Amino acid sequence: MNLRRDVFQAIADPTRRAILLLVATQAMTAGAIASNFDTARPTVSKHLQILTECELLKQQQNGREMYYHLNPQKMKEIADFIEPFRNMWDDRFNKLEDLMKNYKPKD
Amino acid sequence: MERKTKVNAEEGKQELVITREFELPVELLFKAYIEPEIVEQWMGTKVLKLESKKHGSWQFETSDPQGNVVLKTNGVIHEFVPNEKITRTFEMENTPFPVQLEFLEFEKLTSNTSKLTMHVVYKSVELRNQMLRMPFAQGINMAYNRLQDIVSKLKTVHS
Repeated sequence: MNLRRDVFQAIADPTRRAILLLVATQAMTAGAIASNFDTARPTVSKHLQILTECELLKQQQNGREMYYHLNPQKMKEIADFIEPFRNMWDDRFNKLEDLMKNYKPKD
Repeated sequence: MERKTKVNAEEGKQELVITREFELPVELLFKAYIEPEIVEQWMGTKVLKLESKKHGSWQFETSDPQGNVVLKTNGVIHEFVPNEKITRTFEMENTPFPVQLEFLEFEKLTSNTSKLTMHVVYKSVELRNQMLRMPFAQGINMAYNRLQDIVSKLKTVHS
């Protein structure tokens, strides 16, 4: 299972990004989402499945209907994807600074 | 706590710039890049070779806590001006990632503070983005592995 590829491939697709925007403000059924696109209903269903699998969307049963809504937690993780890279360097540089503050020349 | 390190990765560019100010004289900051025992400590890697001079080369080796070598990196040094700059290449052996070019500038701010600017150029925009995501992906994988650990423990309890 390659979570990393899934999430980033998921948001690389323009239709899927449009779906995320649509459900950003309100939960919607698959039918309501599909009505916004010219693409065939099964294609939209496939997109919804991919977005749900990588947890960008969450499903919620409401009576007979299944509603899709955005998972803000997951979206935040992606928005912050640069953070781990920065933290990695920040940790290294903090260590460097500590080391050199206590640096004693060898001779 | 405020993070002192800044990463500037503009959309659609195949480069990024890392900057950091240190509460260290520039001479000490520079020393941390050329003394192998010090590099080993803050980079968390073993230094096999570090020839800090023009046309010199370097080779690092990183191991996991069990002692298995997980990553070998190497490169050559193109420019070397003490307390000012190092221009070098960086390559991860046995990975699909091509070599990257690094321009390191060391700058004196006051007698006790200094600034490092690390300008890294990648072969393509896609490769830069992959490199940026690497620690993020490791984080996700770690979270996922932890989850699996917890799940497998739950299974043991319930069976």
